[in-house]
Amino acid sequence: MAGNPSATAVEPRREAREDADLRAMGYELDPDLLLAATDVAKAYSGVPALIDGRIRLRRGSVHALCGGNGAGKSTFLNILMGLQKADSGTILAKGRVVRYGSAAEALADGVAIITQELSPVLDMTVAENIYLGREPRRGGWFVDKKKMVADAAALFARLKFDIDPRAQMRHLSVAKIQLVEIAKAISRDSDILIMDEPTSAIGEKEAATLFAAIASLREQGVGIIYVSHRLTDIFSIADDYTVFRDGRFIETGSLADIDRKRLISLIVGRDLADQQARPTTARGETMIAAEGFSRDGQFEDISVSIARGEIVGLYGLMGAGRSEFANALYGNGRKDKGTVTIEGRPVEIRSPTDALAAGIAMITEDRKETGLVLTSTVSQNVVLAALKRFARGGFVSGRREAEAVDAQIKRFRIRTASRHLLVQHLSGGNQQKVVLARCIETDPKILICDEPTRGIDEGAKREIYAFLSDFAAKGNAVLLISSEIPEILANADRIIVFRRGRIAGELPAAEASQDALVHLAS
Amino acid sequence: MTTELSSANPGRARRQMAADILSKYGIVLAFVILFVALSFAHQNFLSTANLTNVLRQVSINGILAIGMTYVILTGGIDLSVGSVLALCGVVAGSLVTGADPANPALAFLAGIGVGALVGAINGILIARFKVTAFVVTLGMLSMARGATLLYSDGRPIPNLSPEFRWFGQGFVMGVPVPVIVFALVFIIAFIVLRYTVYGRWIYAVGGNIKSARTSGIPTRSVIFSAYMIMGALAGLAGVILTARTTSALPQAGLGYELDAIAAVVIGGTSLVGGVGSVTYTLIGALIIGVISNGLDLLGVSSYYQQIIKGAIIVVAVLIDRSRHSNP
Repeated sequence: MAGNPSATAVEPRREAREDADLRAMGYELDPDLLLAATDVAKAYSGVPALIDGRIRLRRGSVHALCGGNGAGKSTFLNILMGLQKADSGTILAKGRVVRYGSAAEALADGVAIITQELSPVLDMTVAENIYLGREPRRGGWFVDKKKMVADAAALFARLKFDIDPRAQMRHLSVAKIQLVEIAKAISRDSDILIMDEPTSAIGEKEAATLFAAIASLREQGVGIIYVSHRLTDIFSIADDYTVFRDGRFIETGSLADIDRKRLISLIVGRDLADQQARPTTARGETMIAAEGFSRDGQFEDISVSIARGEIVGLYGLMGAGRSEFANALYGNGRKDKGTVTIEGRPVEIRSPTDALAAGIAMITEDRKETGLVLTSTVSQNVVLAALKRFARGGFVSGRREAEAVDAQIKRFRIRTASRHLLVQHLSGGNQQKVVLARCIETDPKILICDEPTRGIDEGAKREIYAFLSDFAAKGNAVLLISSEIPEILANADRIIVFRRGRIAGELPAAEASQDALVHLAS
Repeated sequence: MTTELSSANPGRARRQMAADILSKYGIVLAFVILFVALSFAHQNFLSTANLTNVLRQVSINGILAIGMTYVILTGGIDLSVGSVLALCGVVAGSLVTGADPANPALAFLAGIGVGALVGAINGILIARFKVTAFVVTLGMLSMARGATLLYSDGRPIPNLSPEFRWFGQGFVMGVPVPVIVFALVFIIAFIVLRYTVYGRWIYAVGGNIKSARTSGIPTRSVIFSAYMIMGALAGLAGVILTARTTSALPQAGLGYELDAIAAVVIGGTSLVGGVGSVTYTLIGALIIGVISNGLDLLGVSSYYQQIIKGAIIVVAVLIDRSRHSNP
């Protein structure tokens, strides 16, 4: 607590703030105010995640909660939902001071959340899902299916949702499943709905379905807190906005009074200066050109080319199709269409084996899930993709392996007691360096890096940036995928922005800014 | 988080490595203790005749267990080995029976070939068509047994040629042929796993198949080949067992999958894949062989023996679990 003076300062004020005071402050005068939170703070082991969370949600409105990574939105929502307890602050739900101890308490009070990770029972019908655990009974023992279906149908009719209550959950689209979850919340008499990135996993047409449903809910007097990175969505359906930045409330107001540009600047913040782009290096002829990459529902007509000596950044929101495209390029994921030429020659890439043979190496997004063999040693991991180089007649030369691995440990300054240590005992940054070393052992001309610095410390990050810059300077090509805007601005020569599976735009890094990237991506 | 912390402190990482090494040799220690204890418990245990007998018994299970190590290292399992062993035994036996027996080498290769073929079928279904190994090989356990009974008409095939019986009953410089075959299989399997590219592939596929694929490893072929090797070794074991028992028995090998898996597991190979070695499987097989032999010598009923063997497997896995879950 010592490291968090703002939270301690708020503490005595909270004690003083009894219901009476709140009434005196005029809260009960507004019966349309569903939810009012002020001064909500939360720290994790002394590190403040949320310093001053506020929101005022009106009945029958959609309220957009905006903010970048680390703005404190998730912490705030978790507190509203009773998943976490606030260190300080006041929350009023429908005029009463509340302090939910669990999600069940929040739900009983009419506060429901629709998350990205929906967990319906896929093998049950829509109606069964809605009334799960509180099925209408007949004779105390048997489920009254007829009533259940009729109730669900009536509910959908009221909400104007076009869903068959008897359909199997499994056969519904992601958007429809969300609608069922919403209906479920409404059937429990929830009037405060929190929607966390509801459109991140669905397409344009499906989003329209969802927005129609949201409009219908608004008419029914439901208040919705809508969290999304997609500003286009926000401007099309939300009434009010509240912006958080670095754990603090920044501004609130009506969306009618603000334009997109100003909202972006509120989210990004002026104090966070755009970083200097890296010095451009001598650019050669085209190294690799991917043309017309498409995969149904993932990405559409993507063409990217990278020159020798160039680092091309790929930016986009979660689910924009960046990783899917990169994996397809590497032969690690399916593509329906698309051709690749490397140094002017067409290349057919159907598997990572083909890609490696063509001189492409890839650092995948999740080093534990798809990157490393955690049960193997540092040495075995480093040489894994290039074993043939160390082998004669199928036998791995232990001496040559040891030399190469020790050289890589030295080069990347991998902190390990020995090359025989299991890679699972290394820290995240050192593990990532092992992945990088493995890629380099294959002697690639083209390196695809999908979130290469996720979850690693600042020092290791810098070393990886320095390496990429050096690698490109030697006449190689790099595709850098990142959702960290400063990282991509500082390390790419040119930035391609993905939005919903398509290329939304392309900017030279020197001309790009945080605002511009956010604008294109959302 | 625990892994992050441990590496922040190299001293702790080193201690971890020391603990890893100690847990590796625990199984060797267990074997030595068991061996010494049995030497004192029964005067005949250390006799040449008895030890030769133990080794001959261990050979069959040991050959199966080595193939099983490959399969389990890739993260799979093969329950069909007992039935495949019987099928290969009757096929080989049928070639060398009667008045005009075929060349024993031909029968030997035929047994192995049939085993490899059955293993290839398992492998295709598992690697190409993504059917769970448990289900495929459970089905094969039944099918191969049925094929064995069909082929042999449910009757033993007697009167195998003496030349063929040499594979099970012969000696070379005083060492039983099955033991020599087992030793050769072990040495080859050890070298392949330890020193070749293919061996690295086996570990990588079992350790993290997605990572293996990203690293350009032909994961399907690796999985397929592991089952084919297992099948061929089951065939080899079938030939040797048949040659030893003088007639090919269609009900041979019942429950052998259990002993083979037990040897692998007692040796500490992870059932999840990616961790283990044939050396420890060898020791696991020896432990099982010595325990069975010791219990026989001490006159323990075979009913009890089954209970004891089952309990040892569970305890071995328990120890393995606590060893791996400690942070």
